[in-house]
Amino acid sequence: MISFALKRFASALLVMFSISVLVFLIFFATPGVDPAARIAGRNADPATLAQVRHSFGLDRPLPIRYLLMMRHLLIDRDLESFVNRGSRVIPQIVQAMPVTLSLVVGAAVIWMTVGILMGTAAATLRGTAVDPLIMLVGVVGVSLPAYWLGEVVNLVTQKQLHDSVFSWVPPPGYVDLTGDPGQWALHLLFPWLTLALLYAGIYARLLRGEVVTALNEDYVRTARAKGLSERRILVRHALRCSLIPIVSLFGLDFGALVGGAALLTEVVFGLPGIGKLTFDALQNLDLPVIMGTVLYAAFFVVLANALVDILYARLDPRARHA
Amino acid sequence: MSHAVSPSPPTTLSTAEARRSPGPWRTAAADLLRNRSAVASAVVLFLVVLAALCAPLYADQIAHTDPFQSHVSGTTVVDGRTVPVLTPSSTGLGLGVTPIGPTWDPGHYFLGADNQGRDVMARLLYGGRTSLLIGVTAALLTCLVGTAVGVVAGYAGGVVDAVISRILDVVWAFPVYLLAICLSVVLLTDGLRLGPLTVEAGSLWLPVAIIAAIYVPYIARPLRGQVLVLRNKEYIQAAVGSGAPTVRILRREVLPNVLPTAIVFVPLMTALAMLTESALSFLSVGVQPPDASWGTIIEDGLGLLYTRPAVTIAPGLLIALTTAALNVLGDGVRDALDPSARLRGGV
Amino acid sequence: MPEPLPEHLPEPLLDVRDLRVSFRTRRGPVTAVDGLSLSVAPGEVLGVVGESGSGKSVSMLAVLRLLTNPNVTVSGQVLFRGRDLLTLPDKQMRAIRGREIAMVFQDPMTALTPVYTVGWQIAEQIRAHGQVSRKEAHARAVRLLSDVGIPDAASRVNAYPHEFSGGMRQRAVIAMALSCSPALLIADEPTTALDVTVQAQILDLMRELNADGSAMVLITHDMGVISQIADRVLVMYGGRAAEDGPRRAVFHGPRHPYTWGLLDSVPRVGGPRLRRLPTIAGMPVSPGSLPTGCAFAPRCRLSHDRCEERPALAAGNGDAAHRDACWLPPEDRASLRLTARAAASDVQDMDSEAAS
Repeated sequence: MISFALKRFASALLVMFSISVLVFLIFFATPGVDPAARIAGRNADPATLAQVRHSFGLDRPLPIRYLLMMRHLLIDRDLESFVNRGSRVIPQIVQAMPVTLSLVVGAAVIWMTVGILMGTAAATLRGTAVDPLIMLVGVVGVSLPAYWLGEVVNLVTQKQLHDSVFSWVPPPGYVDLTGDPGQWALHLLFPWLTLALLYAGIYARLLRGEVVTALNEDYVRTARAKGLSERRILVRHALRCSLIPIVSLFGLDFGALVGGAALLTEVVFGLPGIGKLTFDALQNLDLPVIMGTVLYAAFFVVLANALVDILYARLDPRARHA
Repeated sequence: MSHAVSPSPPTTLSTAEARRSPGPWRTAAADLLRNRSAVASAVVLFLVVLAALCAPLYADQIAHTDPFQSHVSGTTVVDGRTVPVLTPSSTGLGLGVTPIGPTWDPGHYFLGADNQGRDVMARLLYGGRTSLLIGVTAALLTCLVGTAVGVVAGYAGGVVDAVISRILDVVWAFPVYLLAICLSVVLLTDGLRLGPLTVEAGSLWLPVAIIAAIYVPYIARPLRGQVLVLRNKEYIQAAVGSGAPTVRILRREVLPNVLPTAIVFVPLMTALAMLTESALSFLSVGVQPPDASWGTIIEDGLGLLYTRPAVTIAPGLLIALTTAALNVLGDGVRDALDPSARLRGGV
Repeated sequence: MPEPLPEHLPEPLLDVRDLRVSFRTRRGPVTAVDGLSLSVAPGEVLGVVGESGSGKSVSMLAVLRLLTNPNVTVSGQVLFRGRDLLTLPDKQMRAIRGREIAMVFQDPMTALTPVYTVGWQIAEQIRAHGQVSRKEAHARAVRLLSDVGIPDAASRVNAYPHEFSGGMRQRAVIAMALSCSPALLIADEPTTALDVTVQAQILDLMRELNADGSAMVLITHDMGVISQIADRVLVMYGGRAAEDGPRRAVFHGPRHPYTWGLLDSVPRVGGPRLRRLPTIAGMPVSPGSLPTGCAFAPRCRLSHDRCEERPALAAGNGDAAHRDACWLPPEDRASLRLTARAAASDVQDMDSEAAS
């Protein structure tokens, strides 16, 4: 057990290390890309370039640069932004984290609930008109560009129907949960729904397939032959087994979203979360911030994966021995 | 007890068999044609592609406009009156402009203009060309590379598999959008110079390559799993044992088995690639001006959202329509070819 | 066309009359069970035998109403203790499933839900049919497992299905089926997926159950299994009953040419050493294209004009309990069988010579 945990931990570290190296190389070692030129501006003269290179440490060898950056980020915790000199990376991340967590956790609750209900309903009602209808909603959810949906929601709630139906919708932005829980929820309501719609579609479609497969399994026939109620067969047997693959996907998606993959929703709804921070840093090529947020994202991805493994073993006894 | 069927001459059996079952591909095609929603989606896609192909025709012959040229001081005719395409904004700081809204007249600014006075309808058609081109090319590239990588990893096993799998794991675990944006930000200003290969900064190949690269694990991982299972099947083992050359085993035994799955992934992947392209373009790290795609048009409409929502809504609806049709078609192809195929995020 | 039951038989526990099951498929309707009638007396073991596709499993699934596919239509009557199961309200049907009629399926590897312990699944059935506490149900599960011969049942009860071997799983499935002491146990090829030694153990177990008073329908394609355990035999072909009678009568005086084929293709210990086991020529009839006449006629060496017409089950020579569906004259069957066998081995010899 302990050796398993150690192995698991080592592989998690390896993934984080690989991701940080990958991103580092993307920014510093892509052929034809010169970070100094980016910082100094398009038409900087060679002297300025050299000076920029020196003051940002870009004249040192790649591995040294990587190690220095990691030391400042993780050990001294004083890595500074290239663009806003003096502003440190870690406090920015710490400040953005609750925003992203608020967005993603709320959306996840909605999408898992709706997705499971929709997928199960479609699977059990197949052969009726309800199934294609639910699946149509699912397809629409999957096919809408999330940021565009956010724009349209803004348009409707802030402009078109703002004077009638949606007068209670606050302007885009974020309010602290600890400050005013009611306003917090109100501000996040539409971002939650927007993000959840997309994922609910994915999960509903996936779950429908799994439940349909499970309902054709021998063990469901056994359960029926035992004299169990259809409801119990569905919930305790078919659905219970169908949730196993869903959970592993959920771990990946949740980790990615907390790690900043919700950036489109954050940008559209003006939420100052990790995604927005990453995006702004990327636009300015603010490498220290990018490395910080990317490592943070990798951390959550790895954490979510580890949690999924634990949950997986709880859900599927067959996985416990593997 | 199994009754050994008295052996009839093999030739008659196989011809009878051939007459009765028309082969897996033919059956799948028949299944697909019988699937009404899949056929409807195919028709929708055909119309979208047709419209996009007609973009120059529309711009030159009907709207008489150049959708890539700004018409800041242009005028147009609405209800017999000549009006300016852009009027200075009366609200806010007075810095912006309000372009003309939809006239619903195909000859003059059918869907209105954007803030550079360009015909939105014409740009929409041209944008469709770009979006479709990128989506399809990136999807084909991903499926091609992903299949190759998956087959090699699954078949070779050992160190090769371990190395490929670890790389795939890392990319798989990392949020795709972040990775795509990282790559785009770096490559879009300076282009890519990789040995003899040079891709200019504004080239459409950049988003294609980036999108194709980030989704490779989505294809490679499931296919690797399939090949791994195949690799242990008796008939492959027998082929290996009899000393058949690897290339021939791959071509004759492995590829035909994984090809249906790879094909199922193409339409689903195209939908995913189009959504990704539009998101990147929306964040202005995808398609670069002067090229337009549906994503860049949505971005153009951002500042006009409350005054001229059509600029934002129309391209979004087209993306939704196209990707929905691709997803439904993809489902149909999957049901016909390989019901167990699952694409992460795309299903 | 249900025949009036011979009078000396006791009131049947299960009485299936003119059961028809058809599937709607893309290539048109497919008849899997075509007017099947059978009966099982209390405490009796009925062996149902036939090739795959003969409709034996489907008919038993139809009895328990386990064919849930919307493309299936079932008609006829399934009388269990006088009540027609096919028209019973769902709730009453559920009370019968697992409690009065239990079923054991062919593949023990997939018959149990993988995510629950074996004991939990047995207890679930016990609790579904009575007010039993969790603890009591668990204790009964342990007892049942030990009854079916699982060693160390008290700890194995908490094992998951994947931790059991195939034979153990089938024992667990049987234990589950027995948990409510059903009056009728339907076993669908319970030994097919198992090793030969394990098969014998499971058959012993089933014999013990029968001794305890359960009636049983045993579906199999293995004449050997039937000969060991069945009181009565029903031979099915093409979704219809071909022959139906007491085991001794069927084994010692088989009437239907299809039954002859089945019996001749069983290797015999101490019998003549054969170069090759006799087989039944031709392919099993496809449920999609049942002939209007006798289903076996296309493969029958003795088919004649009359076979265009569908034969009914009828008693041939005095023994009212032994019936068959064939147009051949009842009194000549024994000699006809020898003729058919000779013709078959001639053809086979020719075949094998051609092959070598």
